Amino acid sequence: MVTEVTDARLVERCRAGEAAAWNELVERFSRYVYAIAVRAFRLPKHDAEDVFQDVFARTYERLDSLRDDTAIRPWIAQLTRNACVDRLRSGGREELIAEPLEGEADAAIEKLDEALAVHEGLHALSPGCREILDRFFAQDESYRTIGEALDLPAGTVASRISRCLGKLRTELEGRNRDPGTSGGW
Amino acid sequence: MVNANPPDRYDEERLGELIALLPPAPTGWVRAAQELPAARRDLDEIVERARADAEFRLRLVADLEQALANEGYVPRAELLAAVRAHLRET
Repeated sequence: MVTEVTDARLVERCRAGEAAAWNELVERFSRYVYAIAVRAFRLPKHDAEDVFQDVFARTYERLDSLRDDTAIRPWIAQLTRNACVDRLRSGGREELIAEPLEGEADAAIEKLDEALAVHEGLHALSPGCREILDRFFAQDESYRTIGEALDLPAGTVASRISRCLGKLRTELEGRNRDPGTSGGW
Repeated sequence: MVNANPPDRYDEERLGELIALLPPAPTGWVRAAQELPAARRDLDEIVERARADAEFRLRLVADLEQALANEGYVPRAELLAAVRAHLRET
């Protein structure tokens, strides 16, 4: 089982100037920031890239001002939300930030929070399960592509996906009850 | 009234949907964000040196990319833009 560093510990290590910790923090939240920009606010790619870099630059610059290290996720969400709204405003797309649409974006961010919790659950699975679920669902790869990449017959890919989903479900539903049972295919 | 059969929170379909909501960000974006601390350190160093060393500053103004490469810096676009902005302001 993979033991993940808590968000708070990761923030602490970033503040201490550990390069590896910063890399991990970016890795941990990169999908989240990206999804807020492209899914919740539907920014075009070039705007989303600017927002993405801006959010991590602000995170780096302002990490010392974060009062509660365990609150890094909502803090990053807020930085991203603000950066997206600023971007829409600066592009003269005021109509896209009317209240109902901001409400829609907030609802989408709530869903992304849940998705992030599921992705955190993935890290408790074996690397094999993590990879196959990520390739199939998040990267939208076909059974065939996955089979070629992992050297597995397509039929085996399907059954492994199902088995790994079962393990993920067990992990998410019983994380505190029964840790350490999710390893292996 | 409490529903006696609440919907299955994590059925397979829903899990798949939630995983799919977070595709990977483009690799180049992630790498650029990870390189941010090093880029900031490079920028601080270059700015400090340009302030203290007039000749170095002249070389930067004459041919920024070449001057940085000669000093062993990787002339990434973000670094060039930041140094250019600094030279304009000072």
